[in-house]
Order: sequence, then C-alpha cells, then structure tokens
Amino acid sequence: MEPIKDHSGPAIVTLDGVTKRFPGIVANDRIDLEIRAGEVHVLLGENGAGKSTLIGMLSGLQQPDEGRILVDGREMPIRSPSHALSLGIGTVFQHNMLVPTLTVAENLALGGRWWQRPKIAELAARVADISRPLGIEINLAARVSELSLGEQQQVEIVRALLRESRLLILDEATSMLTPQGIAELGALMRRLVERGLAVVFITHKLGEAADFGDRVSVLKLGRKVGEIPPEHLRTRDRAELIDEIVAMMFGRQAGDDAVSVPLRAANDDGLLEVRNLSVTPTADAQGLDAVSLSVGSGEILGIAGIDGNGQKQLAEALAGQRPATGGSVMLAGQPLDDLDVGGRRRQGLRYLTDDRLGEGTVGAFPVSVNYFLKQIGEPPLWRSGIERSGEIVARAQDLTRLYDVRTPAVSTPVGRLSGGNIQKVLIARELADGARAVIFNKPTYGLDLANTLATRQRIRDIAGQGLAVLLISTDLEELLSMCHRIAVISQGRLVGIVPNGAGAGERVGRLMIGLAA
Amino acid sequence: MSGEAVRAATLDGSGKDASRRDIRRRLAITLGPLLVSLVLAGCVLLVLGVDPLAYYGFVLDRGLLSPLGVQQTLTRMAPLLFIAAGLIVAFRAGMWNLGGDGQFLLGAVTAAASAPLLVQALPHWLALLVAFLIATSVAMLWSLVPALLRAYQGVNEIITTLMMSFLGVSLANVLVKLLFLDPATTVPQTRTLAVPDRLPRLFETTITSGLVFGLAAIVIVHFVMTRTAFGLKLRTVGANPRAAIHAGLNVPLLTVAVFAISAGLIGIGGAVDIIGIQGNVRADWNPAYGLAVIPVVFLARMNGLAAIAFVFLLSVLSIGGESAARRLGVPQHFTMVLVAIVLITLAIAEYLDHRFNQARKV
Amino acid sequence: MGGFLSDTFLAALLFGAVTAAVPLLLAGLGEQMSEKAGVLNIGIEGMMITGAYLGFVGAYYSGSFWLGFLTGAAGGIAVAALMALLCVRIGLNQIVIGIALTLGLDGLTALLHHFQFSRSYPRLPAAEVTPIPLLADIPVLGPALFRHHLIVYLAVAMVGIMIWVYRRTQLGLNLQAAGDKPAALDVAGIDVIRTRTVAVLFTGGMAGLGGAYLANVGAGLFIPFITNGAGFLGIVLAMLARGRPLWVLVGALIFGGCLSMTTAAQVAGINIPTDVIQMLPFLVVMAMLVLFGRRASLPAALGIPYERGAR
Repeated sequence: MEPIKDHSGPAIVTLDGVTKRFPGIVANDRIDLEIRAGEVHVLLGENGAGKSTLIGMLSGLQQPDEGRILVDGREMPIRSPSHALSLGIGTVFQHNMLVPTLTVAENLALGGRWWQRPKIAELAARVADISRPLGIEINLAARVSELSLGEQQQVEIVRALLRESRLLILDEATSMLTPQGIAELGALMRRLVERGLAVVFITHKLGEAADFGDRVSVLKLGRKVGEIPPEHLRTRDRAELIDEIVAMMFGRQAGDDAVSVPLRAANDDGLLEVRNLSVTPTADAQGLDAVSLSVGSGEILGIAGIDGNGQKQLAEALAGQRPATGGSVMLAGQPLDDLDVGGRRRQGLRYLTDDRLGEGTVGAFPVSVNYFLKQIGEPPLWRSGIERSGEIVARAQDLTRLYDVRTPAVSTPVGRLSGGNIQKVLIARELADGARAVIFNKPTYGLDLANTLATRQRIRDIAGQGLAVLLISTDLEELLSMCHRIAVISQGRLVGIVPNGAGAGERVGRLMIGLAA
Repeated sequence: MSGEAVRAATLDGSGKDASRRDIRRRLAITLGPLLVSLVLAGCVLLVLGVDPLAYYGFVLDRGLLSPLGVQQTLTRMAPLLFIAAGLIVAFRAGMWNLGGDGQFLLGAVTAAASAPLLVQALPHWLALLVAFLIATSVAMLWSLVPALLRAYQGVNEIITTLMMSFLGVSLANVLVKLLFLDPATTVPQTRTLAVPDRLPRLFETTITSGLVFGLAAIVIVHFVMTRTAFGLKLRTVGANPRAAIHAGLNVPLLTVAVFAISAGLIGIGGAVDIIGIQGNVRADWNPAYGLAVIPVVFLARMNGLAAIAFVFLLSVLSIGGESAARRLGVPQHFTMVLVAIVLITLAIAEYLDHRFNQARKV
Repeated sequence: MGGFLSDTFLAALLFGAVTAAVPLLLAGLGEQMSEKAGVLNIGIEGMMITGAYLGFVGAYYSGSFWLGFLTGAAGGIAVAALMALLCVRIGLNQIVIGIALTLGLDGLTALLHHFQFSRSYPRLPAAEVTPIPLLADIPVLGPALFRHHLIVYLAVAMVGIMIWVYRRTQLGLNLQAAGDKPAALDVAGIDVIRTRTVAVLFTGGMAGLGGAYLANVGAGLFIPFITNGAGFLGIVLAMLARGRPLWVLVGALIFGGCLSMTTAAQVAGINIPTDVIQMLPFLVVMAMLVLFGRRASLPAALGIPYERGAR
C-alpha cells in the first residue's frame, strides 16, 4: 500500500447487492456502491446500462427488489422522493424537473406544506447565501420557460442545496450544455465537494469521467463491471484512464470505432441541394434562417450543434413534414418544394427520425405494418386500397432478414422490441426501394455499443454506394469519425462548414459556442 | 425505463396456445364483470323495493324469449348498429365523438320531414334513398364545426361534440314544432310515413329490413378499419398522431373525414329508425341512443363484430326494460344505471387483469 | 313594449341572470381546479345531478336550505371520491369513467325520483333572500344583484378565494405543478396523487353545491335530468378561463344572461319555444370556441394518469 493523502470522508450512502428487475430484464444486478462525502463519484455507462434505475432507487422513485441501501451506515429503505430529500439526497434529473409555467422562486418554494404561504422573501436571502459562493446567479422572478437549459440546471442544483442535501446526484447533466457550460459545471462540482458534499455524476462520456471524477464506477448491462478508486485515478494521465475505462465498458480494446471516413470522389456535384431554407419559429420550436447546404453523391455531411438549435426543424422541413416559409430543396436537379412527405419519399429523399417510439413507429402495430407506415395504400402491398396480407408479411420477412431485425415474428408489436431493433426497422423502412438521399437524426442515440457500431457502418456503407447522407448528431466524436464535412448549426442558422481532418474538432467546437472557426 | 422494459417483452412467446389463452381470458374479463354488474344493479332494485329476479326474468322474457319481444329487439338493433358503426370509426381514429344524440336526431328529423313528401313525387326506392342522403348530409354537416375546430385549431372535440349534441337535440325539436309540423294532427309531430312506404319488413315478421342494412354497415366498417389502407391510416392517427404526421398522412383532412363518416353513419341510424320503424318524429322525442351506445362500443373494445353481440344485449335490455316500465313500474332509466355499472366494473376488471399479468411476468 | 324596458323588468332580467349563473359559476370554479391539477373531470355532470337530487332530498326532509346545500355538496364529493379512486389512484380512462358516472347517476337519480316523488312532485318554499344593507336599496341594481340567497354571495366570494389560493398559497403552486409537470411535484416531495385527489374532491363539492342550488333555489324542486348539461358548461367555462377564476365568473354571467334574456322575452309575451332558449348558452359556447378556441389551452399533463417513475 502506498500512502496517499485521501480527502474523502465517510460513506453517506452505501448500496449493498442491490437488484432491480423489470418485466423480463434485470436492470440492476447486485450492485455494490459506496458514495463518500468529499468525492465526485462518476457513474459511467451507456444508455441501458442501468444508470437511470440506480438513480431512481437513490432518489426514492423506485424500490430495489433485493439488497440493502445504507444511509450513514444504517439500513434505510428510501421510500419516496420526499423521504430521499429528508435524508439529504438531492437529485438533478436528466430531464429537468422544473415546472415551466412557474417562476424560479415558485419552483424553489414547491414542496412546502400545502397550507403554508410560499416564503419568497426568506427564500431570496437563502438562495443568495447559497449561490454567491458558488458563483451562480439566479433570477428568482424569471419564469422557468424563459431560462436556458444551463440556467435551469443551476436552479435545480441550488434547489437541491436549499434542501440541505449532503449528496447531490447529477443525471446526464452535460447533455444539454455547451462545452463552456460543461467546464463551468465541472468547476462547480469541485467547489461543492470541497465543502464536504458528495456528488454522484452520471454520464456516458468517457472524457468527462476522466476530467471530473474522484472515483469512477462503470456499469454495463445492469452490472457494475469495475471501479477506479481515487488513489489509482490520480496516478494516471487522461489517455491512460480512458483506455482503462473503455476496456471495462466494452470489454475490448480502445480505438475499435476509429475514424473511418468512407472514400469518395472529390469532384461530385451536389445530389441534395438546399437553398435559403427558412422556417418560422413557433412557441416550442426553433425556426430556420436561410439554411443553404449541398450534399454530394456518396458524401456524408454532418450537422453539429447543441441540441435544440433547429436540427429537428431542418430535418422535418427537408422531409416535407414541416412547412418551409422560403427557400428551395432540390434532389438530383428536381425541385421538391411542391411535394409532400410521400412525394419526397418517392423521389428518394428519406428521413430517419430520432424519436423512434414517439413518431417513428406505432408501438401497438406489428413490425410488418411499421415497415410500411410511410407507404400505406401503395401497390403492391395494397391493391385498390385493400391490404394484401400475404405480400405484406412476405416483404416484411425479407426486410427482417436483410436488416437483421431480431423479432419473434413480424406480427409482434414493434413497441416490444429493443431500441436497437426498432432502429433497424426504421433503417429498413427508409433505405428500401430507391433511397437516394437520407437524413439521419441522431441515429445512434440511446443504442448500445454493438448497435451503434452497426448503425454507423450501415451509414458508411450506403454512402459508399453513392447515396447522399445528412447526418445530424450532437455527438461530435461520432461526426468526426465518419463525415466528410461538418456543418455547425446554431439558433437556426448554419454558422460554418468545416472539412473533416486534423483540427476539425476544435474548429467545430469553436463554432458551436459562437466563436469564429 | 421504457426501452429496457420493452426489450424484455420480446422474450414472450406468442404462439397459438397464447392466443387461445388470450381469447379465454378476454371472455372471462368480459363475462365476469357482466355478472357482477347484474348483482350490483339488482341491489339497486332491492333498495327500491323491486324483486331483482322477477325484474330480470321479466326483461329476459319480454326482450328475448317471447316471439314479439325478440322481433322488437331485432328491430331496435337496426338504428343502434349504425350508431355503433359510426362510433367505432371515430373512437378507433382516437376522436371522441360524443355528439351522437344530436347527429341521430337531426338525421331522424330531416328524414321524417323529407320522406313523406318525396314518396309522393319520386319512385318509392328513390324517394327513400334521397331521404337517407339528406339525413346523412345533415348529420355530417352538424359534425363539421367540431371537426374543423379539432383539425385546424386543436380544440378538444369532447366538449365541442357534446355542445353540438345539446344544440342538435334542441334544434331537432324546434324543427318539429315550427317547420316540419304535420298540419293534419293536433299533437306536434312530423307528417307520418305510411306503413307501406317504409322500409320493407323481413319475411313474415315485424322485423325491419333496416336490421340487414345495419349489420352490413357494421361489418363493412369492421372490414374497412381492419383490412384497408384507409382504415390503417385512421388507426395510425388514433394510435399515434405524431407518427401519422411523420408518415406524411394528412391528419387534418383525415380528422374531418372521420367526423363526417362517424356522424353520417349515426345520421343514417336516425333515418333508419324513422323510415324503417317509427314513421314520424314526435316533439320532444329523444331516445338518447347516442350516449347509450358509447358504453357498448367500449365493451366491444371497438371491434365491429363483438359490437353486434353487445348491441343485441343492449336491445334486449332496452326492449325488456320498456316493457318492465309499463308493467312493473320500474322506469327505463334502470337500463342506464345497469349499463353504467357494467362499464365501470369492466374497466376495473381490465385494470386488475393488467396488474395480474404484470405480476405474473415479473 | 313599454313593459319591456321598465325598471322592474330590467331588475328581473338581471336577477334571473345571476340566478342562472350561480350553478355554472360553482361548477366552473370546481372544474377549474381539477383541470389545473391535470384531471379532465367529465364526470362533473354526474356530480352535479347527484348534488341536485341529494340537495333537494336534504332540504325537503329537514326543511333547511343550508342542510340541503350540505347534503348536495356531500353527494358531489361522494361521486368525486369514486372518480378519484378510479381515475386518479388506479388510472382508469377518465373519459370512459366520466361518461359512465354521468350516465349512471342521471339514471339513478331519475329512478329514485320516480319511486319517491313522482306521485307528489313536492316543491320547496321560495328561498329566503338576504338583502345587503344599503346596496339592496339602489334602484334596479339593488333588487337585481343584492337581494339573493346568502349562498349566491358566497359563490361570488369563492372567486376571490380561488384567486388567492392560486396566486398566494402553496396549494396553488402544487396544483399547477400537478397539471403542468407532475414529476416535478413528485420529486419536490409532494404526493401528486393526493394533490389531484384533493382537486377532484373539491370539484365534486362545488358541483354538488351547484346542483343543489339549481334544484333548491333555482327550480324549487327536483326533476330528472334537471342539470341538462350545466356540468358540461362548467367544463367549457373552465377551459375558456384558462385557470383564471375571474373569467369563470364573467363567462357564467354571460351564459346566465342568455338564459335570463330568453325567459324574460317569453314573459314579455314574445313567443319563443323553450328549445330555442335552451340552445342559446350552447350557441354562445360554440361561438366562443370558434373565436377563442385556439387560446383555450389546457395543462400539459391533462388527462394523463400519473405513474411514478414512468417516462
């Protein structure tokens, strides 16, 4: 044992063999975890690794089926969210938990006894006491819906501290932040642990784990597959750590999904041409301001940007799903502006949505019907408007085989499949029958590693076959690993296009936060 | 969480065995609540000082077992089947058309006003056809405002259809009293369509041929909803409106179409009741079939074929109940109470079944 | 023609408007709280008819109007408790249960009325009015607005109380959170189910009170289906008022005015069938929905049962 100075305090919460099952799966399998005061404990894992379930149990939303939770060394089942709060466990959820129609002050007052009057004045003093040393500014009178996501997150952190939390859980806190916002959050966490709090920081990004963590626990498919203690963590440099974590997470060597941009002829003309495409903003959606771009045959053009800067509106306007107020879209020289969704699809323009269950599929319908949701009524699957079940099933079975969709039968409701298999159904739907240009919106979001790699390879393959690909992603690494060029979108405008290559990541990052590339 | 939960479910087998078990289970959670409801409603009768067994026996006898009763029951089914067909179209497309009463009465009144005049001018079959068309169009028109509000303004159709229903019922009465009054009678009612001019009866019975049309309508609706592209589009809108937009369906247009078809079918139901059965509309006549059939459609889980069975059951209850009102002094309102109790116990049974299934899977 | 514009006539017109508006006001204020908390309470018509029946029964047998209001409100709360159990606690479909409750209670009260009162059709004596000193002596406005049963003033006072509850109390914040973002309320440590249950019970009490007023003060007797869609009008008022109690009052007075106007026209000898009168409030509703429908926004989580941990 080498002597290492340890600023960690006693364990606040200990999980001992905690297991949580949902119908048919084990979301958490015998997890042991120690959360100590004065430590940023990073919980690292992919989507579906069981992080959300673990937080659910720590914050009282769910109860474990087996195992014990100890608080301050004593066994203590966390019965409800209010019980968690009273034990000093505060959670900032990935999807923010503020009421958009109330002001910041009212949100902070939420949770008092119902007969009380919200004590706004007293609150203001306490908020000032808490936020000033942390360098946070909070406008109590602002309505939450008017705040940026980063500001909302700060409100939630302050709220947790107002309740005298000793343990602060941050769930995927960086997914909505700019690179600068992420750095600020890192500094804030540091100040919090220095004051003796424990922070649990949940993420799926390796770099953040290495940068912010005092201790890193890695989850994979519901199990804890490794832990890096502080003494070990401090003696390694960043690259070594990341390699080590990758080995734990994926059980294989780093660099598996190395940069692999498919080759293409450099002189191809544009296949998908967009000129000055504009969309008026609505109450809940960003607009588009004269977006122009061109994607060549065999080219992958990436669209980078913080989530919610008009990416979805761009995809929907191109697909004909959202009315454009100006500009034009051409595919292989043919104008598409007067065509609806079906017309554009028939011309070969395809859109793969990021919201697989919300709008991509109808969960209760069988897999077979979901393949053909965008061509209802078209021959040969329908004749004079009457469905031909034999044809539909046969074609669906072909696609299932071709795209390796794992489903018990094509008659199984699509909602019962895993995220990866639903994505394969959507890919099959969009690539089938004459696709020429495909818009992918966050195609690997929420997929496990195997499906992520398979999806990326599928995209490279179709580009290799000469299709034009517009790849929208908030994951910069993903874009850098496969695009020929990367455009950056910010507040509904394309602020620059960067050819992929050395230094591209840095230039895209600068464009994303509003600096010149 | 949902992603993980969903993944698990793929492990479920879905063979023939499962589907047979499924049917048996469905039957159990349908018939069980029916029995419980009969007992509960029987308790209501007991409180009122009526012998429940005698009442049920009487209803069964008059609605089902006596030759005259069963003919009346089958005749009653004709308008109800059209209403059920109309509601199935709307509910399957996720639109709560609760305006059935207004649409039904306006269809009935316009048919009653036009048919006696038309038969004097046109060949019999053409006169009735035109009367049906008028009734259908008026009912469709009556659903237009809720349809447009829902399609283009996103206004909740539950409220608008209810409001239009109240309006429609009153308007129908106004029309009967002011505009379509039969000058030959002192009671306020429309001109009466002579019995030979009405829809023919079936064979040697008093059963209207409207029953055949009603059965055809609901079977066609079932086929369209389950086997055609149009039906699939409507079901897509109903199951996931955002997916419908994503798939390029013209949701506003489909919405208006759904309301028109639903109201049109209900309007035909009103016309069938007049042209086939009643012959005229008396002032303040409102059988409130629209609201009564809604539970039936829920009970049948919006399945057209199952709805036929439940419409039959409702007809037995209502014919028997009307008879009981005259002979036992128990108002027909009891049928409403019974239907409401069935609806609630059935919803609870489905909930318990769902819970039980989940518990078993874990 | 002279009588048409006379002071007494005008006073009667306004008096009628207030009388007709009170049940709608009570139902609308009640429904508003349910909708704010995220429950679309279609069963309100059933709560109202129950309130009307039990309110009448209570007042008739006890001889006390106040006891009648109490039994009416209690009846509404009882129905609301059933609704809260089925729709809020175990999450059954709010539309299905709402329709079932309305249908069943319309039928049940008609049935009970038939066995109890159909031979005698008893009436209550005219409700005792409480004139407000000084104000009641103002010409025209005095007898129209300030000579009502005490419950009328209480109903109007409820508007102020509701404004205070929504704006100034913790309960108001909790209700709004339960409708707009129930999960946020839950993680703040407040039970969403309990908050919504409170809202539904309040709706039941108010609807029951409205029903009792309709039968006891408005009509003086109970007849089957007496509410005739007043509960549904309450839903519309709540929808159009978008969480602001004052607008419920304004809307209720507009509807009450329509009802009163046509009754008055009839009294004045202008012959209009009652059906036309009955159409008026619904016509006004449709006109308002056509004009302002787009703005009749509802809470984000309206009609969606809350399940902890579900995403």
